[in-house]
Amino acid sequence: MFTKRGLVIGVVCLAALLAVPPFLKNYGVYLFTYWAIFVIANMGLNLTVGYAGQKSLGHAAFFGLGAYSVAILMKAGFSFWLGLPVAAVGCFVIGLAVGFPALRVQTIYLAFATLGFNTLVWLVMRNEQWLTGGTFGINGIGRPALFGVSFDGNLAYYYFVLAFALVLCFLLWRLLASPWGKAFTALRDNPIRAESLGVNVQAYTLLSFAIGAAYAGIAGALLASLVQFVEPVPFTVGASIMMYLMVVLGGPGYFLGPLLGSAVGVLLPEWLRFAQGWYLFVFGIAVILLMLWLPDGLLSLPERIRARRMARSEAAARAVAAQAGG
Amino acid sequence: MTAPLFKVSDLKKSYGAIRAVGGVSFEVMPGEIFGVIGPNGSGKTTLFNSVLGQIRPDAGTIELNGHDITGLSPLQLNRRGVGRTFQTLQVFAKMSVRDNLLVAAQEHRGTMIGRMLAPGDSGLGSKADALIAQFRIGHVAHKKAGELSYGQQKLVDIAMAFMSDPSLVLLDEPCAGVNPSLVGGISDLLKQLNRAGDAERKRSSFIVIEHNMDFVMDLCHRILVMVEGMVMAIGTPSEIRANKQVLDAYLGN
Repeated sequence: MFTKRGLVIGVVCLAALLAVPPFLKNYGVYLFTYWAIFVIANMGLNLTVGYAGQKSLGHAAFFGLGAYSVAILMKAGFSFWLGLPVAAVGCFVIGLAVGFPALRVQTIYLAFATLGFNTLVWLVMRNEQWLTGGTFGINGIGRPALFGVSFDGNLAYYYFVLAFALVLCFLLWRLLASPWGKAFTALRDNPIRAESLGVNVQAYTLLSFAIGAAYAGIAGALLASLVQFVEPVPFTVGASIMMYLMVVLGGPGYFLGPLLGSAVGVLLPEWLRFAQGWYLFVFGIAVILLMLWLPDGLLSLPERIRARRMARSEAAARAVAAQAGG
Repeated sequence: MTAPLFKVSDLKKSYGAIRAVGGVSFEVMPGEIFGVIGPNGSGKTTLFNSVLGQIRPDAGTIELNGHDITGLSPLQLNRRGVGRTFQTLQVFAKMSVRDNLLVAAQEHRGTMIGRMLAPGDSGLGSKADALIAQFRIGHVAHKKAGELSYGQQKLVDIAMAFMSDPSLVLLDEPCAGVNPSLVGGISDLLKQLNRAGDAERKRSSFIVIEHNMDFVMDLCHRILVMVEGMVMAIGTPSEIRANKQVLDAYLGN
């Protein structure tokens, strides 16, 4: 699955992720942590959208459910280590339920159904003040400790999140390398044919939602402890669209797409701060241009270059053959 | 006399006032290649779709090995050993040819949880490679299926139907749109697959819908002629060729 070059790039990236943050100021460390959290959430969405082909616009709802699970439980005096599995398992179960519309409707209709779910969750977060604190949210959420090691410090918490991202990355890679990975892709490419080959289309559809949702739940739990404050704003339908965009920008169905997509989605807005009021405008234009140029996302670039090179060498071979023949 | 592998009895399907299939019965014996021919609109595809669980027949029964399989879903039929190809190309475009073959049989192995932990090829690698060699698509085995030529994709499509050792395969126009030079090749492959009945692989029976008469007459053991939703004749290729009614209605002179 991995080429030598890919392995080298991976090792270099990992080394950078480990070595660079200690040299950054607090805000830089925060951005790295924020990025790693989005990588986790978007890896899940990449499974649902990129591999299994289910157009979900409700991912931020799971992200929020994960964050509120940890916030509410920790506020009630429970440990982060209870909140985290509750977030993951809770989102898995709700994800299964949200997958059911996908058995009936697809594409844009499925997008609207999931969008409706997102709105519903957001309304609960905003209106059920007794539970969620309403628009004021919940503050003073702590950070976890493990075996006496506290992850209170920003850098320590970054490594904590990074460790989660790496483990979840490995688990997803294993899953996609197993027969399940092929079944998800078959479901995306041609569900009717997949079913005629014995692929349980319904089970895989539901699982793609549930596993994707669990990843978002874990990411949300980590976000609550990073920001130490939750409110409904980061979990709107707009946030779901942004996450979808990150997956599409990185390259849906490319394993490492979410790493790149999340970097664009998290960091580009920061780099565009100089543009101030124009930031969204510049960001929008950048996205449009990128989609026109690379509709399959940033990670489709190497494949494109390879295809072009191959076409050129084939054309050259044909020219030689034609000359030899003539 | 051996029992039929597959038996359709008095199958009927109407769309409103239009009768697509009006009481069709036939049997397919183990190891037999059974052709279905007829003019456009004669109900062949409706018959196929009813048999394959895509649509529900109004009346009639379908039996496989003596068990009633009427109204089962495509998934359930596949698990019981019924494979199929489609009239239009249906490969998984973004997966490699080899992965297309692997996914075509992996769901027959173990449980859902078992497959989550299984190696990527589900232990089917050597089987996929054997079919790839037999179909002579080794040089493109690691290309994405969507990048192949139409004829090559058609071969992949057919090979996929045989990965899970089906006892019955329904082939919907295997030669449609295929270069004439490849038609003979497909015919030879199907004959090989039909003959191969060793300990590892059960012998498959086929039902073939096809408009290419030379192909059908050469390949099939028996042929059913459908006209306006009814069976006009069932017989060996030479019987069908000699049938005056069939000549008038379909084959022409």
